[in-house]
Amino acid sequence: MYKYPQPAPSEITPQETFRQRRALVAALGLGAAGTWPRIGSAARGPKLAGVQPTPYGRGETLTSYDDITTYNNFYEFGTGKEDPSQNAGSLRTRPWTLVVDGAVQRPRQIGIDDLLRRYPLEERIYRLRCVEAWSMVVPWVGFPLHKLIDWAQPTGNARFVQFFSLADPEQMPGVRRHVLDWPYTEGLRLDEARHPLALLAVGLYGEVLPNQDGAPIRLVVPWKYGFKSIKSIVRIHFTETQPVSSWTRANPDEYGFYSNVNPAVDHPRWSQATERRIGAGLFTARRKTLMFNGYGDEVASLYQGMDLKRYF
Amino acid sequence: MDLRKTAVFAAALLPLGRLAWMAASATLGANPVEHVIHFTGQWTLNFLLITLSVTPLRRLAGWREPLRHRRMLGLFAFFYGSLHLLSYAGLDQWFDWAAILHDVGKHPYILVGFLAYVTMLPLAATSNRWSVSRLKSRWKQLHRLAYLIPALGTLHFAWLVKKDLTEPLLYGAGLLILLAFRWPFAQNAGQSLENPAP
Repeated sequence: MYKYPQPAPSEITPQETFRQRRALVAALGLGAAGTWPRIGSAARGPKLAGVQPTPYGRGETLTSYDDITTYNNFYEFGTGKEDPSQNAGSLRTRPWTLVVDGAVQRPRQIGIDDLLRRYPLEERIYRLRCVEAWSMVVPWVGFPLHKLIDWAQPTGNARFVQFFSLADPEQMPGVRRHVLDWPYTEGLRLDEARHPLALLAVGLYGEVLPNQDGAPIRLVVPWKYGFKSIKSIVRIHFTETQPVSSWTRANPDEYGFYSNVNPAVDHPRWSQATERRIGAGLFTARRKTLMFNGYGDEVASLYQGMDLKRYF
Repeated sequence: MDLRKTAVFAAALLPLGRLAWMAASATLGANPVEHVIHFTGQWTLNFLLITLSVTPLRRLAGWREPLRHRRMLGLFAFFYGSLHLLSYAGLDQWFDWAAILHDVGKHPYILVGFLAYVTMLPLAATSNRWSVSRLKSRWKQLHRLAYLIPALGTLHFAWLVKKDLTEPLLYGAGLLILLAFRWPFAQNAGQSLENPAP
């Protein structure tokens, strides 16, 4: 039987030494912040058991685990793309309680491990389109949001769902700076939240979700720009009125409540007609952005009769 | 051959060397195109500010050496600016002129960056002895644009940043300090023409 060549223990650089060397080289480096290559995929999460495959995204070329876990927008851990992968180690994902409240008949408080036992986990490969005009293909593991909604039983008055991230300055160095109004918050119309594509993700590549990608539980709404897919959720709140999300509060002209992927509506900073696929390398053209990120067949009916230029 | 000039020339090429090394070793990160664009843009701004620090260094520290290299430093700002523009137009947009025109027209920060680059053109074109003697006092006036270009560049940077303004503000503060050093001397600029600006 073939044996993989194993380096002798003496040849393996201890991670601490590696980090120190890297910090030294960065300090001696030529300025430009955040340009040093990241640590290779060091500690990956434990495998999740009993994950069911699904047809979602079959045939798509997956973005690499390294790229998905080192190129993140998660301002609670810093505003640089590589900050979350370097700083999110301080996030404690156990114990973790999710609060479900507001206009529901059954308000809930549930520990993350109990929640994970409630629903079968499935793998869904979704395209992720960031408002910054880049995109990835991500193999998420999770369960549909509508299952949790049904469990809480929204009242007849509930029309919107608001989500809140954890905002703990002790665990999240980015929260010590007022870059956004913390806690990060996002919202969906109840019918959007009930759509079968809306996912609560707890894993990536069949493994426990890494902290920088929104552990222990995050939203994934693949037909909307990435910032709608809120990370590290602690509270899901049902309301009668439309909530104001963090980016809308920060800049209402640029980030609307709906924020559906729409190549025809330009953002003041980025043209949304095309996107750059992460992992495609230095010499690959941008690709055309698809309406609703290519999920139009499934979700277009949610917005029938709406002027999507106005409700951007 | 002027050894010190060669040394400055080689040092000014180090950022490009680092970029090339990162490209060759595939360590430009998840979004290499974005990295190249940001890197060359930052080094354009760096060289613009380095060029502007030549005069304060002479006036405050009495160090005259950098003055001998100012023209080359300014041309390196133009060089990295050209790489910046080229990486945007080529690597990112694949010379799709319709898309580029749309981008410039719709996104003011790209327009401002483009203006900064266009403003560099006449300065680069007249960075030779013949132009200095030919244009005489107008050469000096023309090269006062060296104050405007980094201001446009910093605005271009600040405008494209989504939320965290720290880095553009640092560049802005650096630029203001470098410009402030010139203020007291500007008072008697009419009398003493011995210190050519910028």
